[in-house]
Amino acid sequence: MNVKMEKQSEQKETTQQLTMVQAVNDAMKTMLEHDDTTIILGEDIGKNGGVFRATEGLQEIFGEDRVVDTPLSEAGIVGTSVGLAVNGFKPIAEMQFMGFVYPAYDQIMTHVSRIRMKTMGHFSVPMVIRTPYGAGIRAPEVHSDSAETLFTHMPGIKVVCPATPYDAKGLLIAAIEDPDPVLFMEPMRSYRAQREDVPTGKYSVEIGKGEKVQEGTDVTVIAWGAMLPVAKQAAKQAEQQGMSCEVLDLKTLYPLDRDLIAESVQKTGRAVIVHEAHGTGGLGNDIMSVINDTSFLYLRAPIERVTGFDVPVPFFALEEHYMPTPKRVLQSIEKAVHF
Amino acid sequence: MEEQFPIKKIIDDQGNLIDSSYEKEINEELVKKLYYHMSRIRLFDRKAISLQRQGRIGTYPPFEGQEASQVGSVLALDSEDWVFPTYRDHGATLTFGADMTRTFLYWNGRAEGCVPPEGKNIFPAAVPIATQIPHAVGAAWAEKRKGTKNVAIAYFGDGATSEGDFHEGLNFASVFKTPTILFNQNNRYAISVPVEKQMNSKTIAQKGLAYDIPSVRIDGNDVFSVYFETKKAVERARQGEGPTLIEAVTWRTGAHTTADDPTKYRPEGQGEDVINPIERLENYMKNNDFWDEKWIAKIETELTEEVESALEAMEKYPPANPEDLFDHVFTNTPSQLVEQKEAYLELIGRE
Ligand SMILES: Cc1ncc(C[n+]2csc(CCOP(=O)(O)OP(=O)(O)O)c2C)c(N)n1
Ligand SMILES: [Mg+2]
Repeated sequence: MNVKMEKQSEQKETTQQLTMVQAVNDAMKTMLEHDDTTIILGEDIGKNGGVFRATEGLQEIFGEDRVVDTPLSEAGIVGTSVGLAVNGFKPIAEMQFMGFVYPAYDQIMTHVSRIRMKTMGHFSVPMVIRTPYGAGIRAPEVHSDSAETLFTHMPGIKVVCPATPYDAKGLLIAAIEDPDPVLFMEPMRSYRAQREDVPTGKYSVEIGKGEKVQEGTDVTVIAWGAMLPVAKQAAKQAEQQGMSCEVLDLKTLYPLDRDLIAESVQKTGRAVIVHEAHGTGGLGNDIMSVINDTSFLYLRAPIERVTGFDVPVPFFALEEHYMPTPKRVLQSIEKAVHF
Repeated sequence: MEEQFPIKKIIDDQGNLIDSSYEKEINEELVKKLYYHMSRIRLFDRKAISLQRQGRIGTYPPFEGQEASQVGSVLALDSEDWVFPTYRDHGATLTFGADMTRTFLYWNGRAEGCVPPEGKNIFPAAVPIATQIPHAVGAAWAEKRKGTKNVAIAYFGDGATSEGDFHEGLNFASVFKTPTILFNQNNRYAISVPVEKQMNSKTIAQKGLAYDIPSVRIDGNDVFSVYFETKKAVERARQGEGPTLIEAVTWRTGAHTTADDPTKYRPEGQGEDVINPIERLENYMKNNDFWDEKWIAKIETELTEEVESALEAMEKYPPANPEDLFDHVFTNTPSQLVEQKEAYLELIGRE
């Protein structure tokens, strides 16, 4: 399958070169234009355009009623979004940093994720919670958490995490159109790291589908979000040492693209999973279960995980030591290949 | 509500005493102490901004304009009391005895910056908004249970009053009548959101009414009203009369942090009429024969040297040690974490 070809055939006539944060902005703009029940709520997202400028210019176009600077209260933002969502609106709630989602955790755990089930489908909450996550930009304490498993563990909410501008726009549009709640994680380290062609119109990237971003034969390297560039760099170094890596970008963390993982691991017989979140209770463990359930007899080496350590994300002077590095990933690739 | 909670002032912008009941209490020693500390923390603050611009520390949230609020309140405490600051309250913690080198280290991404000097009850700056308020209530509650006269002060901003932790903290303080000073610096913005959009209430002081907590609204740029009103609250707390909510109305002169651009959200010229608190105290000193040029020149030299040598010590500090990632998570590090540590140290040792 040629991924690049498929992408091109989807593209509308015009494209723009956008960074990821611009692509996120463009997705929201597209959806605010497309559906007037779409509204954005968050701290500093209106007049200021967001602390990362993700909502830059949107309040000027769509007004204070649709791009709303809320009081400083995450539980308030998510809780009122539930009420808005069951009553005709499509809220996009911004949590300024993932480390500040915790006051809203109660609302998400006890209501956002359960309303459809407990009303047997009568009520649903078609809302998106967007949040920048991850370390690597020398941010102050608590600003650098990767808390995806607090949400992949939570039944009733989808978890999405793009690694590129194209996917950021397409996945965010899909998340906004999704009839169920979606947690949308944006790797802040990648916000301005790369520009690529992004279609100007409305398009979506399917939630629940990952992508093989590099073909290889010896080992499957699985990553998402900010760790995708790290995985790719390690794969390149491995290539120079004669180890051929297949790299998967998962894109959706719940539900997992089990077929993509199984197909690749059955071919290579080896897997290295990379994530920034802590190892214990990390998503890598669920991915190992997928491999165990689908591909055990194909394995030629134990599955390797390269993750953040089981310590609170440190102050920034030590963040480079906390996060998986290409060097650590390469070590695990070597270990798997030379098992 | 604005009538019920008028902004109390002791001196006006020109430094004239407008509440003569304090005439006797304001003496040269106090004036010099307040001036000294306000000058000291301003030098620190300006130095930190310039270091950030040169890439020598990380993102930094300046407190210029809030020196009177921070110095006046913290000097009303005794050395055994507790301080629960936010990220913007390093002026208060430095005045209370936090180490300046470590304060620089904090803004250079080092956990060493959270460690207070031995015997100083200074909690690490709370980054998640309003979370420190219940902590201060709990620490004060403990002092009450232990039968001491010590109190705790919680610093928080106008934006913090929107979080649940603010309301939960106030309610606990009220229910358990804890010796807590709830010290709000209403600097009129929470990043880009002006206080008029943060709340529909006209004052923050009035929020005390709902919890039956005595509250007062003061001019946070008048260091005397900050100092004497905080003293009153501290006295009440020590006497077992419970918490007080203080709203100090002030002004954040600069950006929210060095990563912020206030021209995006502040109307042009807003705040230009605010006389900064140090200038205001200077006016008072000049009006009252406390203006001692020689002394001022002397402390300026001393303070500049202090800040420079703290900075030098910060830059000479041993580099951050990766072992610290693992060593302080638990009293006894679990074996699985020890394994992670050893494997990692071995890997980087191969370099
Ligand atoms: C729970 C939480 N949400 C969001 C943030 C991001 N944030 C940092 S400072 C700030 C504004 C705080 O305003 P205020 O309480 O008035 O204090 P000030 O910064 O003005 O001193 C926000 C929203 C945070 N630190 N914690
Ligand atoms: Mg404020």
